[in-house]
Amino acid sequence: MAKVLVVDDSNSIRDMVCFTLKSAGYQYVEAKDGREGLTKAQAESFDLVISDVNMPNMDGIDLCTELRKLPNFKFTPVLMLTTESSTDMKMRGKAAGATGWLVKPFNPEKLLATIKRVVR
Amino acid sequence: MSVDLSQFIPSFLEESFEGLELMESSLLSLQAGDNETIHSIFRAAHSIKGGAGTFGFDVVTEFTHLVETLLDEMRDGRREVSPKDVEILLASVDCMRLLIEAARDDENYDKDKVAQTTMLLNEALSSGGEKSAGEKISQQSDNTEQSTGKSDTSTFSIHFVPEHNLAKTGNDPLFLFNALADLGQLTTVANTGELPALTDIDVQELYLSWDLTLITGATKDEVHEIFEWVEDDCLLEIKKIDKEPLVNPSDGEKETVSVNEIRAASNIENESNSQEIYPANDNSVVKKQATKTKAKAKVEVSSIRVGVDKVDNLINLVGELVITQSMLSELGSDFNMDKIERLTSGLEQLLQNTKELQESVMRIRMLPISFAFNRFPRLVHDLAIKTGKEIELVIKGEQTELDKTVMEQIGDPLVHLVRNAVDHGIEPAEIRLANGKSAKGTISLDAYHQGGNIVIEISDDGGGINRQKVFAKAVEKGIIEPNATLADNQIFDLLFEPGFSTADQVTDISGRGVGMDVVKRNIQSLGGRIQVESTPGQGSCFKVNLPLTLAILDGQLVKVGTETYIIPLISIVESLQVDKDLINRVSGDMTLYRLRDENVPILPVYQLFGLATEHTEIDNALLVVVEADGQKVGLMVDHLLAQQQVVIKSLKDNYQQVIGISGATILGDGSVAMILDTPGIIQMALAYAQNKQRDMASYKQFAIGEQC
Repeated sequence: MAKVLVVDDSNSIRDMVCFTLKSAGYQYVEAKDGREGLTKAQAESFDLVISDVNMPNMDGIDLCTELRKLPNFKFTPVLMLTTESSTDMKMRGKAAGATGWLVKPFNPEKLLATIKRVVR
Repeated sequence: MSVDLSQFIPSFLEESFEGLELMESSLLSLQAGDNETIHSIFRAAHSIKGGAGTFGFDVVTEFTHLVETLLDEMRDGRREVSPKDVEILLASVDCMRLLIEAARDDENYDKDKVAQTTMLLNEALSSGGEKSAGEKISQQSDNTEQSTGKSDTSTFSIHFVPEHNLAKTGNDPLFLFNALADLGQLTTVANTGELPALTDIDVQELYLSWDLTLITGATKDEVHEIFEWVEDDCLLEIKKIDKEPLVNPSDGEKETVSVNEIRAASNIENESNSQEIYPANDNSVVKKQATKTKAKAKVEVSSIRVGVDKVDNLINLVGELVITQSMLSELGSDFNMDKIERLTSGLEQLLQNTKELQESVMRIRMLPISFAFNRFPRLVHDLAIKTGKEIELVIKGEQTELDKTVMEQIGDPLVHLVRNAVDHGIEPAEIRLANGKSAKGTISLDAYHQGGNIVIEISDDGGGINRQKVFAKAVEKGIIEPNATLADNQIFDLLFEPGFSTADQVTDISGRGVGMDVVKRNIQSLGGRIQVESTPGQGSCFKVNLPLTLAILDGQLVKVGTETYIIPLISIVESLQVDKDLINRVSGDMTLYRLRDENVPILPVYQLFGLATEHTEIDNALLVVVEADGQKVGLMVDHLLAQQQVVIKSLKDNYQQVIGISGATILGDGSVAMILDTPGIIQMALAYAQNKQRDMASYKQFAIGEQC
C-alpha cells in the first residue's frame, strides 16, 4: 500500500490526516514542519506528500520546491493543505511544483476520495 | 466510510488554547516591523481557523477568518502595526477563546462581545488596508449539494489533452481515470496522433490525449472536480450528452475551463455509532488520554506535556527497578542465611530505586510556573489602560516548577493579588511624581523554591498599605475595638478579614471586599499561607508560600490510644513535654498552656475523637503545638513516632468529608492512618472556646510570618 509523508505543524490536523490514512490502510510518516519533512524525504521515498502551507522553519511552498530537486521526488504527487482558496495561493503552489491542493476544512471521506486522484 | 473525528477534538482544543496564548503574548510584545512575530501570530490564527473548520466549529472559523485577514495585511506590509489594531486583535483573541470554549462546552457565548469585536474588525479592515473587507469566506457546507439529477444517470463526453510535462507536477492521467471510473462506467479512447518517432520520445513526457465517455449519477461539477488540479495544464472539454439524441444547446454548451471555486465539505458527521477508536498517535509527548465522550459533552482538556528527558529518565529508572526485582526474586528462590548481606544490599537498592522513581514521577506533574504567569502581561496591560496608570510588569523565576494541580488552583488568587497591586498599590502618575518617583509604576512577580515549598511574590513599588486607614476601617466594620493596639503584621492580617475593603471607591477592578478573604482561604486550602510586607511610600509585597505538590506530604506520626495519626509537618511549630507549672486552667473546659509569652489552648486528641487511652493526665503529657490561621493550639498526644512522607488519599472520594481530618494514608504495615486537618481542628476547638478568649488569643501573638 502507498506510503504517505504528512507534514503539518498542527498536531490535531496531522493526527486527523494520519488516522484517516491509517484507517484506509495507507502507511504514513509524520513531520512537524517543512524542514523535518525534507529530512525525512531525503531518507526514504514516498508515494505521496501531503503538506500544510503555513509552517515554521520551512513552509510548504519551499518544501515543495526543495522536493522537486530530489531525483526521487520528481514525479511524486505533492498535495498542499490550505485554508486559502485564493487563486494566488494555488498559482504559487503550482509554480513550486505542487500537484494539487486540499482546501481546509475537509473531512476524512473527502480526503480519501481526493488523494485517489494521485495515488492508489 | 466514515471516520469519527471527535477523538481529535481535545487535541485541537489544547492546541488552539496554546495558539491563543502565543497570539496574546506576541501581540503584547509586538513592535512595528517585527515580521517574524507577525508571522507567528498569523500562523497561530491560521491553524485555529483550519482546525475549527475541520472539526465543524463554524462560528470560530468565520470569526478567525476576519482576524486572519487583518493579520495577513500586516504580514504583507499592506497595513501598519498600530496600537489600535493591536487592541482590536487582543479583543479578538478573547473572543476566539470565548467561541472555542463555547464550542467545547456546547454552550452559549457572549454574543454582544463577539458582535462588537466583529464590527471593530470589519471597520479596521475597511479602513487601513487595501484589501476589501467584504471578502466572504469560501468555506461552505456541502449539505446543500443539489440532489437534482442524483437519481438518474447522465452521460458525459470528456476530451482531455494534457500538456507534455503534466507528469512533472506529480499528476498521472491513470489515477484521474481511475477516479472517474469510481463515479460510474468509463470508456477511454486514447489518441496517439502526437506520438513522435521512437527515437525522439522523451520518457518523462506525455504525448497521448484521450476521449472519455462516462455514464454516471454524478453531477458535472463532480466530474469537473476530478480535473481540478490539472485544468491549467491541459485542454479539457466536458460535455453532457442528453439521453435523447437531440442535443440541447444549453446543456451541450462547451465548457471553457475557468477558475473554479473550490468548495470543501465540512459536514462532519457526529455519528454516535462511531467506529472503534485507535489510540491517537503520540509523538514524544505523554498524554493522558481524555475519556472520549460520544456526544459533544464537556471535553475537559486534561493532558500534560512532558519533556522527553523526563520520560527517558523514568524509563531508565523502571529498568533499574526491574533489575533489582529480578535480583531479589532470584535471591528469594534459594535463600539461606549466608546471603543475608546480599539481601540487605538488594533491599537498599530497592529503596533507592523507589525513591528516585517517586521523585521522577512527581516531576512529571511539575510545570514551570510560567503557565500561571503567562496571563499577567495581558492582564496588567488591560488594567493599566483601564486605570490610566503607567505600569511595567517584571516577571522573574518563571521556570520555577510547581505541581499542575496547585498551579491550576493558584491562578485566581494570583490574579486577585495582581489586580489589587494595580488598583490599590500603584499610585496615579501625579502622586508618584510628587513623591519623587518615576511616573511608571512597577509590579514584579517572582517565584522561587524554598525548602519543600514554592514562594510566589507579588510586589509593587506603590504607596504601601496605609495603616491608619486599615485600622479605621476595621474599627468601622466592628472587627476590632477602637482602643486596640496592633502591630503592623496584625494590621495587615485585617486585610484578609471577610468583608474588608479600604478602597475609597469601589471600582470594577477591585475593592468590593470580596476577595482577600477568599484569596487567603484558597491558599490555605492548598496547604499554603500568605503574608504581607509593606513600607509606606515604597510599596507592598505579598508572599504566597505553597507546597510543591498536593499528592505527598511530610508528616509527623503520632500515637493516640491504639490509633496512629499524621500531623502535617508544615503546620507544626514545636513539640514539647508539658511542664505542669505552666498549665493554666481558665473557666469552661479550656486549658491554656503558657508557651513563653503566649497562651496556647490544649486540645487532647483522645477527647476530640472519643478514643480510649491511658494517657489522659495533662500534667506530663506530650504536646504538639500546631498553627493555622495565625492561631496556635497544643495537640495532646500519647507518643511521637517517626516523621515520614505519606501519600495522601482523599477521604472525600473514598468515604466522605470528616471535620478535622484532611485525608488518609496507608502506612508501611498496611494500616490506614488519618491525616489531621490543622485548621479544621482549630476551628473545632474554637467552637468550644469563648469569644473573649478568641479575641485575646488571636491578637496576642506573632503573625505567621515571623516564624519562618
